[in-house]
Amino acid sequence: MSGQIHDITLTVNGQEISETVAARVTIADFLRDNLGLTGTRLGCEHGVCGTCTVRIDGVITRGCLVLAVQCAGTRVETIEGVSDTGEIADLQDAFRRRNALQCGFCTPGMLLTAQELLTRAKDSGNVPSREAIREHLSGNYCRCTGYHAIVDAVEAVAQARAGEK
Amino acid sequence: MKPAAFAYAKARSLDHAVELLGQHDDDAKLLAGGQSLMASLNMRLSNPSILIDINGIAGLNVIAARNDQVEIGALVRHAQAERSPDIARHAPLIALAMPHIAHPAIRNRGTIGGSLAYADPAAELPACLVALDGEADIAGPQGKRSVKAADFFKGMFETALGPQEILAGIRVPAATGQTRVGFSELARRHGDYAIVGLAASARATGKRLSDVRLVYFGVGTAPTRARNAETAIAADAIDDAVAALAQDIDPPGDLQASGEVKLHLAGVLLRRIAKQLAEPRP
Amino acid sequence: MKIVEDFPPILTALDRPNSYIGRSVPRPNLARLTQGRGQYVSDTVLPRMVHVAYARSPYAHARIGKIETALAKKSPGVVAVVTGAELSKVITPWVGVLTHLKGIKSAPQHALPLDRACWQGEAVCAVVAKTRAQAEDAVGLVDIHYEELPAVTDMETALDAQTPVIHPELGDNLTFARSHEAGDVNKGFADADEIVETTFVFGRHTGVTNEPRAIIADWNPGEQRLTVYHGTQAPHMSQNLFAKHLGLAEQQVRVITKDVGGSFGIKVHIYADEMAVVALSKMLNRPVKFVADRIESFVTDIHARDHRVKARIGVKKDGTITAWEIDDLTGIGPYSVYPRTSGIEANQVVNLSAASYTCRNYRAKCRVVFLNKNVMCQYRAVGHPIAVAVTEGLVDLAAAKIGMDPVEIRRRNLIPDDAHPSSAPSGIKFERLSHHATLDQLTKMMKYDSLRAEQERLRKQGIYRGIGFTSFVEITNPSAAFYGVGGARISSQDGATVKLDAQGNISVHTSVTEQGQGAESVMAQVAASAFGVPIERVRVIMGDTDNTPYGGGTWASRGTGIGGEATWQAGKALRGNVLAIAASILQAKPEALDIRNGIVVDKATGNERIGLDEVARIAYFRPDTLPPGFQAEMIATRHYVPREFGFAFTNGAQASYLEVDTDTGFVKLLKHWCVEDCGTIINPQLVDEQVRGGVVQGIGGALFEQCLYDERGQMLNGNMADYLVPMAAELPDIEVAHQVSPTAESELGAKGAGEAGTAGAPGAVMNAINDALRPLGAKPLTDMPFTPDKILRALGRV
Repeated sequence: MSGQIHDITLTVNGQEISETVAARVTIADFLRDNLGLTGTRLGCEHGVCGTCTVRIDGVITRGCLVLAVQCAGTRVETIEGVSDTGEIADLQDAFRRRNALQCGFCTPGMLLTAQELLTRAKDSGNVPSREAIREHLSGNYCRCTGYHAIVDAVEAVAQARAGEK
Repeated sequence: MKPAAFAYAKARSLDHAVELLGQHDDDAKLLAGGQSLMASLNMRLSNPSILIDINGIAGLNVIAARNDQVEIGALVRHAQAERSPDIARHAPLIALAMPHIAHPAIRNRGTIGGSLAYADPAAELPACLVALDGEADIAGPQGKRSVKAADFFKGMFETALGPQEILAGIRVPAATGQTRVGFSELARRHGDYAIVGLAASARATGKRLSDVRLVYFGVGTAPTRARNAETAIAADAIDDAVAALAQDIDPPGDLQASGEVKLHLAGVLLRRIAKQLAEPRP
Repeated sequence: MKIVEDFPPILTALDRPNSYIGRSVPRPNLARLTQGRGQYVSDTVLPRMVHVAYARSPYAHARIGKIETALAKKSPGVVAVVTGAELSKVITPWVGVLTHLKGIKSAPQHALPLDRACWQGEAVCAVVAKTRAQAEDAVGLVDIHYEELPAVTDMETALDAQTPVIHPELGDNLTFARSHEAGDVNKGFADADEIVETTFVFGRHTGVTNEPRAIIADWNPGEQRLTVYHGTQAPHMSQNLFAKHLGLAEQQVRVITKDVGGSFGIKVHIYADEMAVVALSKMLNRPVKFVADRIESFVTDIHARDHRVKARIGVKKDGTITAWEIDDLTGIGPYSVYPRTSGIEANQVVNLSAASYTCRNYRAKCRVVFLNKNVMCQYRAVGHPIAVAVTEGLVDLAAAKIGMDPVEIRRRNLIPDDAHPSSAPSGIKFERLSHHATLDQLTKMMKYDSLRAEQERLRKQGIYRGIGFTSFVEITNPSAAFYGVGGARISSQDGATVKLDAQGNISVHTSVTEQGQGAESVMAQVAASAFGVPIERVRVIMGDTDNTPYGGGTWASRGTGIGGEATWQAGKALRGNVLAIAASILQAKPEALDIRNGIVVDKATGNERIGLDEVARIAYFRPDTLPPGFQAEMIATRHYVPREFGFAFTNGAQASYLEVDTDTGFVKLLKHWCVEDCGTIINPQLVDEQVRGGVVQGIGGALFEQCLYDERGQMLNGNMADYLVPMAAELPDIEVAHQVSPTAESELGAKGAGEAGTAGAPGAVMNAINDALRPLGAKPLTDMPFTPDKILRALGRV
């Protein structure tokens, strides 16, 4: 298999998808343009802003730095997917109640990134500190909030999931 | 901002990857984690005719401690290394460096081999490899060969890898009870490339340090050893060590800081690292 | 998680049952946005849509020769390759001047330049193709012959005789200049015991909205109508200007603005590459989409700041400030930006410097010069961060000189809270401010005395922490004085239409727009309160020139104060209409009825009389049962604009607490506080978050952000790895509190709050750094951003 056009099959949000893609298409563009899953957004397209964060085989990844063709055979999850399964319903609700988003453009990436921290924290029995939350989110750019409200919301969910509050 | 068109091939094995490289000369690029390559493709700063994806090659994502060495496969992801008990125990310098490298989503995807083969002079891992006196294992048309870290990094984004060669993995000596390591860097924001950074290792006999290796990054075209400072540290002369840096490194200025400031900061880091080296590992 | 407590207690004038005024109601649009189901222009796809990419000038200044397009036209997917000359047949050029900025001048700017590129990154030739990738492929095949010209890149020498003039027809490189003198400045300085003089420098920075600029223009030749999906703050302004320069009636242009991924003033201007998109759509008879990529954003989104201010202050030993003098120089791009001009920021520096203080002896001048760099214009808190940092920096330096505590010198000089209405030395008028109350609240909130004690204790251990203050005023609710009087068709009034539907729910159609500030929530809260329904029964419609009243949009902290008041009045008017219907059904007097919680009740007893659903059913489907001659009106529209004061000035005070690592020059922000007074607070949580976000944008300018250029006018750090925006790990928690001094101009009494954070933060950080380093004898730092390099030099470490 070598060429500029490839047939790929992958699972997106639990659904098997088969498409033909150009090698140069990133998974972020593939999700947006081929599948209409525009919750994965493009902020910088050079791997700095974190807006295009998706999960590939269970771990968060910059969608602008992975090719669609590389995702053949993988399990890709987007903000739409984790919304529909209810996996992050508590986190979304905390963001809403704490106004932890303004324009909302960074929010899908921010939520997926926070969810990874929360899941790992839960698995290890820890409640992350505000500093640990800030550090974990340090690769996700938000111009609107100044981050404080986001840290509040993530901290609240971490405590709630640990049964503390 | 979309990449120019290129072809894509998935290598089944190291031999297959070498073969594919041979078919495409200089026009091919290896794709590992892609965390630097993809950004430069998106910006059209690089226009290869084909990407050879090595992610599917079996056996390159292994971390193993054997024969007093730690072997780290080229496809080991940063996140995997960050959480590896073997690395924490046997290659503590790499464990120290790991949280400073970019951000979680990047570390989930980026590979140890990719970082080293890219040879960014401001990156953490090349300096760690030199500080640990590790070796790079390379696969190529003539088979396998190994290169000492000091000979692997040739310059800005330049390594000893030939056009058809692939970095298969690295080996570093496993830490012993006498091993001391230190790592520190100064980056404006968490996860940024550092203005200047220092990776260090030494052997401790009682309070005496020997085999001191101080390797700076962000101060030139490649990881840079501060040999005069190493001698002074071994002699427990920290002020002399800091003074010796002016002979050891000559950092050019960049957007972040002037060369003069980098040299000053290198001295600050050296004092911090000297304290780390003086403390036994927990 | 601290959900903000509802605050303040509901005010008497607005004290209606079930009022949402003063309550932290979650925004209705957040469920959608947290699911990634917002709809931004960059997400929008239309049938037959094509994408444009631009060949951009690699030179800061160059004559454009032959443009060879043949190869690009043959590239796969390409629909058209269009030059400036071709596009100029479809769209007319513009000049960014306003008549009330006396003497301001600029040159005509075209959608694509005809013969000269004037900054690196200026779009020179358009390539339209089926996909953005194909358009970019073909851009690489356009061969433009450039002849590089000398570039003017240093504002200090831009007016020198030997410097080339960028637009020879203008005579010189001066865009705008203003001088202002009040009181007796010479006497003020003569009376001073000490005079402190220094130069403040503010780096050029930019907005870096997370969603880049985005526009889709769709010319329908059958309808002879242009629909533009535009990520803008001001849809009606865009509508007017697209129509004007395409030679259309405004009726022929519809601007739709759904979700916008951040604005901050970046998306309230006319950009040449966006004007090119509307022209291309008209030329090609199909939808054309442009989404700036991040690299394009850095060299084309307006830049801001880049001021050099020489300043001095006179002070007596007792702390009395006796005189001020400032001299501001700023270098903009090669054009004054249309339609708001690039003279406003410097003009604001003159207006706002020294504005919080009683000393009237004030001399100020500003000069704005053209440079061959990217264009500059109004970005969040226009002029405020400069004026505040200059003023507050001077006050702190004066306090240090006479050995007075920085809070004490402010207490002795800030305009007293009972002295209003008052004015600033520049002549701007204040209805009501609360400088002393905010400062008192701030020092209490931060436990100032114990913080000073901690600072002292740590200094003995070689740890250098600093505390820095700013007091400031903030321009909000601008009247026509801002732009309208200068001849720009930028509405200062806003309109709201509130409509009862057939199930008794209401919709609010507002000319205010939403880019995340929470306008949708504010309008719903205000309408629900004014009309008398639970907020779930209110739907807000915004961002569509076909479906909202004419109005200004959201910028300059005007949405709540102006648009909110229009909604309040429209909601009340509809309540009157609906009560008239109910009264006729119930054969009661309208004034004896009220609407509460969605039900028509007896005003006196609160007894339920009839549901709104039933009123609506009768009004819409059985009007035959209403009394003869009675016409039910189920809609009401009101407009509002402040008239008495040109601006509703707010005020506030901020403090920064930080630690400087004197070995590395690194600054660690420990905590930040802001007390501000935006009058009536509709939604405390939204106000707090506006302040927090604003503070962080201010911190960005103080510590991290700067557009770096070389002497040839090349931007050196136009990407997100090298241009440092503030990220989560480097920022402190920010505590926010309020004073409440409502404006008497409106019933709601609300003023704006969008600029406060950005206005005060950079000065507070600067003063804190200097406070930290004062015992070390460091030269005061006044050159933003404060990088480790500059701090180490100030300390003499290098």
